[in-house]
Amino acid sequence: MGGIAVAGIGKRFGATTALAEVTLEVAAGEFVALVGPSGCGKTTLMRIIAGIERPDAGQVRIGARDVTPLRPADRDVAMVFQSYALYPHLTVRQNIAVPLTMRGLPAWHRLPLAGALLPGARAARARIAQEVARVAEPLGLSALLDRRPAQLSGGQRQRVALARAVIRRPAAFLMDEPLSNLDAALRVQTRREIVEIHRRAGAATLYVTHDQAEALTMADRVAVMLGGRILQVAPPEAIYADPVDLRVAAFIGSPRINTLAAEADAGGQVRVAGLATGLRARAPGPVTLALRPEALRPAAQGLPVAAEHVEFLGDGLLLHARHLPDGAPLVARLDPASPGRVAPGERLALEFDPARALLFGADGARLPTAPAGVAAYA
Amino acid sequence: MSLALGTAARPRLSAGAMEALAGWALMLPATIAFLAMLLLPTLATVLLAFTDYELGAAAPAWIGLANFADMLTDRGLRTSARNTLAYVGIVAPASVLGGLGLALLVEAGARGRAFFRAVFFLPVVSLSVAMASAWQYLLHPTIGPLNAELRALGLPTPFWLSSSDTVLLSLAAIGIWENIGFTMVLFMAGLTAIPRELYAAAAVDGARGAWDRFRLVTWPLLGPTTLFVVVISLVRALRVFDTVAVLTQGGPNKASEVLLWTMYQEGFTYLRLGYSAAITLVFLVVVLALMALQTRVLDRRVHYG
Amino acid sequence: MTPRGSLLPGAIRLLVLALLGLVFLSPYLWMAAASLKPLDEIFRASLALWPENFAGVENYGKVLARVPVAQYLWNGVIVCGGILFFQLLFAVPAGYALAKLRFPGRDIAFGAVMLGLLVPPHVPALPLYVAFSEIGLLNSYAALIAPFAISVFAIFLFRQFFRALPDELLHAARLDGMGEWSIVWRVILPNAWPAATAFGIFSVVAHWNDLFWPLIVVQGHARATPALGVLQFRSEEAGDDFGAMMAAAVLMTLPLVLAFLLAQRRFVEGIATTGLKG
Repeated sequence: MGGIAVAGIGKRFGATTALAEVTLEVAAGEFVALVGPSGCGKTTLMRIIAGIERPDAGQVRIGARDVTPLRPADRDVAMVFQSYALYPHLTVRQNIAVPLTMRGLPAWHRLPLAGALLPGARAARARIAQEVARVAEPLGLSALLDRRPAQLSGGQRQRVALARAVIRRPAAFLMDEPLSNLDAALRVQTRREIVEIHRRAGAATLYVTHDQAEALTMADRVAVMLGGRILQVAPPEAIYADPVDLRVAAFIGSPRINTLAAEADAGGQVRVAGLATGLRARAPGPVTLALRPEALRPAAQGLPVAAEHVEFLGDGLLLHARHLPDGAPLVARLDPASPGRVAPGERLALEFDPARALLFGADGARLPTAPAGVAAYA
Repeated sequence: MSLALGTAARPRLSAGAMEALAGWALMLPATIAFLAMLLLPTLATVLLAFTDYELGAAAPAWIGLANFADMLTDRGLRTSARNTLAYVGIVAPASVLGGLGLALLVEAGARGRAFFRAVFFLPVVSLSVAMASAWQYLLHPTIGPLNAELRALGLPTPFWLSSSDTVLLSLAAIGIWENIGFTMVLFMAGLTAIPRELYAAAAVDGARGAWDRFRLVTWPLLGPTTLFVVVISLVRALRVFDTVAVLTQGGPNKASEVLLWTMYQEGFTYLRLGYSAAITLVFLVVVLALMALQTRVLDRRVHYG
Repeated sequence: MTPRGSLLPGAIRLLVLALLGLVFLSPYLWMAAASLKPLDEIFRASLALWPENFAGVENYGKVLARVPVAQYLWNGVIVCGGILFFQLLFAVPAGYALAKLRFPGRDIAFGAVMLGLLVPPHVPALPLYVAFSEIGLLNSYAALIAPFAISVFAIFLFRQFFRALPDELLHAARLDGMGEWSIVWRVILPNAWPAATAFGIFSVVAHWNDLFWPLIVVQGHARATPALGVLQFRSEEAGDDFGAMMAAAVLMTLPLVLAFLLAQRRFVEGIATTGLKG
């Protein structure tokens, strides 16, 4: 019993490479979010898994079967589209039933009129009606079954699309930004429901989104995609705290991670504008020091900055400042009770916890770090 | 009236009154032309239909429904109505189905799309009188290329436009040739309006082949287009005139007599304007009935609002 | 895979299309071929498209010598141009008023437009003929143009188009001190080009090809439109001279077909969009 596995997927559109050597696995019962900025290739990958798009290279396996040459209909996948893609001429009931009627009934049963008269058709239809009732109930669609999509709100349409996806108990669910057309409040509520649906169905779910908050809150593992490549696949905590690539670190987290140009000296000591940081790199050379906003705090000694302004968030403060030696912007997330007023232009020092500092090489790859002992800021 | 009246020096009328004046002024030219060229002549046609008005004859008399009673017994008109019905019955369905088929076929691939669209659309923009002459040559019983080919194949060579058995069919074929490009581009416009996501959804939902996709997505979503195309094809076929006027003049032996040709003959050849107006009125009623069918009955079934 | 799905593999699709295309083009091919052939070749009914003896000069020469081809085409230009000019002159302000201004009687006016859409042009033809004949205007450009000067379809089309224009555009123009009349011609019309082009193509194609009305009001060559010209040449001059006949047909068909081939996309879109809204 496998989930979804893609290996070595490549896809070009004319001269542009949409996907390069993409490999990703979603185990049965697992929820993986594929996150990246728009145009990074995540929707293309999803459409290749569904079979709507053909890859130029690579293999797609669903439920331990190689489905690369198969049509979407034969792949045992269900998909929720960003636009929901409901059939406007069918009622909610009929929309939800489509995956069953298309598969469950042979073509001649589906002909108008004739279908109703053929033996076996009645039993098949009764079974379909039962299934529709089963999936409609928990989604709160029971009262809406005879409406057409045009008579539904955005949230209701979204539920119909979900119901249509779950009715067939497929081996894999594909969801393409299913929440992006909902308003903010509904989005947060529906996140939970989708996770719940996923748990009940127990299939492999691949969830495409450009919203990192969705990815981090919903998924068992997050795959970060940029420029047609998957840079990292890891649980949400690891993606946030332990990114393997500077681009992943920069994409995940809001406010964005702070980056400072730094230099490892001959002894491996990492210095920012000459200031020793207490971090040690394995080899000398230019590196990037990346610091989450919550890793910074005001102190007597540390990175010299000029404050620019302070944003009050309710549960915290964001201090926007400029690193004095090179003018790089820095954001620190502070305890609301902490510093009192910081006036624009005020100079102060920010220290950071070396255990939470990240180092990246010139090529963006993560470098291992070791605290250099107590001699920080010397 | 606004309370601001008189407080502002220059605009002596309220903004609402100014807007109304502007609206009337802008409508005025169109209204005059509408009355003179459309409304009054149409009403006059309706009135004429109840008179025995003949151009050049004595003052017209009101004869009530006599023209319509005459129409019921007029064998020529009955032939004309039957021919028109047959013509519409062939041309309209063939134009709709043919146009849909061509649109699907042309849109099914990228290669040659613009070229073939142009080829099938060409008859729509061609001077129909001139093309009728070309058809006359093509269908000529002795020197026409079509019969020359049939002869070469050893097949019978009908007198296409000069035999009462085939004349209506020949005219219908020309009518289909003239109309199909028009219905095709309407269907193409309808096809491009179908969201592509629906085809992807259909594929994932289990649509395996072209027929499944057509049944589940294309056909239902083309509903409004199809309804419109059906009605406009019926009306266009009902209006057949040019080919008859050029090629057969209703002949041979009234076998291609159609409604507008009869109306034209009665009105402008025999100058029996009253009778001609009565025929026109019947024509108008049929057109209005088709439009009513579109809006009242069928619209509800194809719009999924 | 293509979403619309090919019923047939690509090669078969092209083959079917090519065969159908050939059928559709055959009247044009044979028309052009016959216009270049001498009479005896035409009467031999050979299946060769290309003439053995080239008689194009004779055939086209005959047409040009016997009927005023240039006059027909010129009449066509005047009539179509005149019709389109008046249609726009009347319909653009009316469409704007119906779309953007509030005035008593607007709903009645729009109702009249919608009703007018249902009336085929053949219906008012009889009384109009009588009227033109009474005031001695038969055989004139006025008789050819006037009945079509008002197009309820154009009013409807422009009204739909103008409703989609933002009101801010008009408010800004009014703040700049423009009157409604100058708003129509200086703000609205420049924004109406897409609708005007589409309608213009629709109108010109319809009236260039119209036979019914010219046949009623015009006798003789002086005011004959191209459609009428072909008919006159046919009945008066050509007889069984198919070579000359086809040459005349080619000459009269060519202008619009050339215009179509040069601006295919606009033609198809113009007629499809106006068609769908009508």
